[in-house]
Amino acid sequence: MMANAASRSVLPGFGLTLGFTILYLSLIVLIPLAAVFVKTATLSPEQIWAQISAPRAVASYRLTFGTALLAAMVNAVFGLILAWILVRYSFPGKRLVDALVDLPFALPTAVAGIALAAIYAKNGWIGQFLEPLGIRIAFTPAGILVALIFIGLPFVVRTVQPVLQDLDAEFEEAAASLGATRWQSVTRVVLPAILPALTTGFALAFARAVGEYGSVIFIAGNMPLVSEITPLIIITKLEQYDYAGATAIAAVMLLISFALLLVINLLQAWSARRGRRDA
Amino acid sequence: MSIRVENIDKRFGAFTALDDVTLDFRTGELTALLGPSGCGKTTLLRIIAGLETADSGRILISGEETSDKPVRERQVGFVFQHYALFRHMSVFENVAFGLRVKPRRERPAEAEIRRRVMELLDLVQLAWLADRMPAQLSGGQRQRIALARALAVEPQVLLLDEPFGALDAKVRKELRGWLRQLHETLHITSIFVTHDQEEALELADRVVVMNRGRIEQAGPPQAVYENPANAFVHGFLGASNILRGTIRDGLFHAEGASLPARNIHESNGEAVAYLRPHELDMSRRPDPAGIPAEIRRILAFGALARIELVTLAGRVPLEVELPQRDLAGLALAPGDSVHLVPQGVNLFPSAEAGALPRPVLAKAG
Amino acid sequence: MAGATSALSASQHFESRSATRDHGLVRALLLILGLGFFALFLVLPLVVVFAEALRKGWDTYWAALVEPDALSAIRLTLLAAAIAVPLNLVFGVSAAWAIAKYRFRGKALLTTLIDLPFSVSPVIAGLIYVLVFGAQGWFGPLLDGYDIRIIFAVPGIVLATIFVTFPFIARELIPLMEAQGSEEEEAALVLGASGWQTFWRVTLPNIKWGLLYGVILCNARAMGEFGAVSVVSGHIRGLTNTMPLHVEILYNEYQFAAAFAVASLLALLALFTLALKSVIEWRASPKSEPEARPKEPLP
Repeated sequence: MMANAASRSVLPGFGLTLGFTILYLSLIVLIPLAAVFVKTATLSPEQIWAQISAPRAVASYRLTFGTALLAAMVNAVFGLILAWILVRYSFPGKRLVDALVDLPFALPTAVAGIALAAIYAKNGWIGQFLEPLGIRIAFTPAGILVALIFIGLPFVVRTVQPVLQDLDAEFEEAAASLGATRWQSVTRVVLPAILPALTTGFALAFARAVGEYGSVIFIAGNMPLVSEITPLIIITKLEQYDYAGATAIAAVMLLISFALLLVINLLQAWSARRGRRDA
Repeated sequence: MSIRVENIDKRFGAFTALDDVTLDFRTGELTALLGPSGCGKTTLLRIIAGLETADSGRILISGEETSDKPVRERQVGFVFQHYALFRHMSVFENVAFGLRVKPRRERPAEAEIRRRVMELLDLVQLAWLADRMPAQLSGGQRQRIALARALAVEPQVLLLDEPFGALDAKVRKELRGWLRQLHETLHITSIFVTHDQEEALELADRVVVMNRGRIEQAGPPQAVYENPANAFVHGFLGASNILRGTIRDGLFHAEGASLPARNIHESNGEAVAYLRPHELDMSRRPDPAGIPAEIRRILAFGALARIELVTLAGRVPLEVELPQRDLAGLALAPGDSVHLVPQGVNLFPSAEAGALPRPVLAKAG
Repeated sequence: MAGATSALSASQHFESRSATRDHGLVRALLLILGLGFFALFLVLPLVVVFAEALRKGWDTYWAALVEPDALSAIRLTLLAAAIAVPLNLVFGVSAAWAIAKYRFRGKALLTTLIDLPFSVSPVIAGLIYVLVFGAQGWFGPLLDGYDIRIIFAVPGIVLATIFVTFPFIARELIPLMEAQGSEEEEAALVLGASGWQTFWRVTLPNIKWGLLYGVILCNARAMGEFGAVSVVSGHIRGLTNTMPLHVEILYNEYQFAAAFAVASLLALLALFTLALKSVIEWRASPKSEPEARPKEPLP
């Protein structure tokens, strides 16, 4: 009953704040986003299909989604390890590590892009050692992967870390008292408990990687059909004043982003439910 | 200031919180709104304060309609269940808040604010905590500060939502006595909400028992306790043993006994008897008005001993309370057969018994 | 809140119990893997930025920063942030008030829509304003008649910045204000405070850390945004170049030291943001329950 108390709240300002919120949201976000679909609708279905199924576009989808998926998987593994050591172990400099995990959120993508290029270019900090081995990272899809790993890492760490933190030691002690080995108690008790959070972090990292532009273009090489990501195709078309083409591809990306957003929301709901049950 | 609540209805979606509630609160009285959680008592309190709006009905304070008066103009003092102390303000500033937000022409001068706040802090005996932050206070201290803060605006009416709900048993007992004293001093018309029947009976001038959005009974504590209007009130106020049986020829027949009853309004038929544990006499001699039962367990500590039994006829569990020294004289042991003679039986129609909020023997609250 | 103190004591707690203690080898392996990955992917790029910036000495570094185009880029970046952050601040407080303090139909949808800009590629964020205000856009010709330019001009940059930083403050405040409930506000009203008094004296002090947290993250993103701004800017040196765009131009012109010099300023901003963020998390955590904020992923 008390939970309902806010429903007919005596607090003033509901009309004002909700009205302003909806107005601002509509002007800044909703109406401009609608422009993408309105503009796309001015094309005939054949035109749209021609735009979005052009070989260059299709190659870019494959590259964008493939590298984003791979990067999210790498982040799921290493993000989990980082979250684990941050929660479970004490070691010198832990505070600093904990704070710096958020660096990709705070560091402008262009800065990350040129730094990564300087590291992995063939005369770069690491690239110079890889070059003799015949390994090239910068200006290949591998470079894109590196950039996407960089920007996606905090998503996994920051979704898994709090859940791991709230997971009481008692669960593992219960497992141990029931005869489970350490491996069993981790894989059967801990991992299932953090799985929703890990999946959410994975999805967030993936969604972010799909749309990423700034950190990628400096290290990708941007060769059509090989290392050209979808956002870059949109920019290229815009620069050629091919608004319709840019918009059609943008519409495809937007739809996929919305679908991902929906999936992430469902995952978070799952995660929250699981969290409550464990509590 | 008297308060009158007239035909109040309140719904939250499909849930009826208050169903045509009408009540009078007399000037200077301390009234308890008592009931299980979800019975609508807090909603009623919040409607009186103006924190909720009723779907229909009127609230009159001193005969004046206040339904449309915004909460900030109602001059009610409200003590929240979790105190709602402003956590970024010191104790002093919390109490001073109501004075500081007055319109400029009504606002007292700084020295006057200081004087009034310290006076209130003295009243609640916590002047030495004036500079502390709420997080540094114990639960009981927060409670008293919340009360001082509510009193600062010189309310006509004081409303307290579960004032002792968040405190541990010992502090609760202390504060109860203290609040009663404070009420004697100030004599502000006060209403408090509680689900603890002991608290309501001990503290209030008048008790209003609520259930499912309706008023079951209102009256002085003793009257309500001794003459419960229905099965719900009986079950809610204090522990009860329940026996199902039939009324025949002016007697209630159940579990192999024929019992005279206080209130046989019913003609012959099924009924349910409510018996207080301390109103059952135990004897070893057979008695037509005694219920044959077997002792299962004796809990003999404290002033009152509790004995758990089952009836021989229907294996219905019963509980008896009696003073420790009487128990010693009886020399009882588990397994013994005894006869339980009720001193008072309250009968209610059997349909009502279903409305009981909780298992029979558990003490309410 | 993973804040240092609680994390530290928690980890000691885990390490002291036999059932949750990992084997020494496992522990060593995980530490090496985790910290190695951390060093390679997070620390190294940061080091590289400063090392490359100073490769040709302090004089070159300084010259790159005080060069007129660089100064104008810095000014524009500050301007865009100075407009975008306050607007999103007002919006964030307003949205959080409506969503956290009341119940209404469509609340979940509204919350999702507020998060929408996070899931939109920055490039598309720029594109949408081109479609609305560009020469071939909805309002482009109309505005052109009044000689108002939005795309390839400062207003476009500001708009794109507002879009990409739109949810930051709102999504910081909504869970915080929901957790705090409305009891303190109700208490203030009962005590006779007006709506504004309640907001300024009770609500605002209670959300100040969360608000500051949102503002610094919003600011970091506003100053660092690249993709969206790149689409609407037109890259006119000295006029519509922000710092990240300036970095790109210098880099593409092979002026690496200068590019990294400007980039190092942005990296310093990032470090400053992270430091401030840690301080706020630390400040907010011991204070008590509701303001203790869980670390949430922030795009």
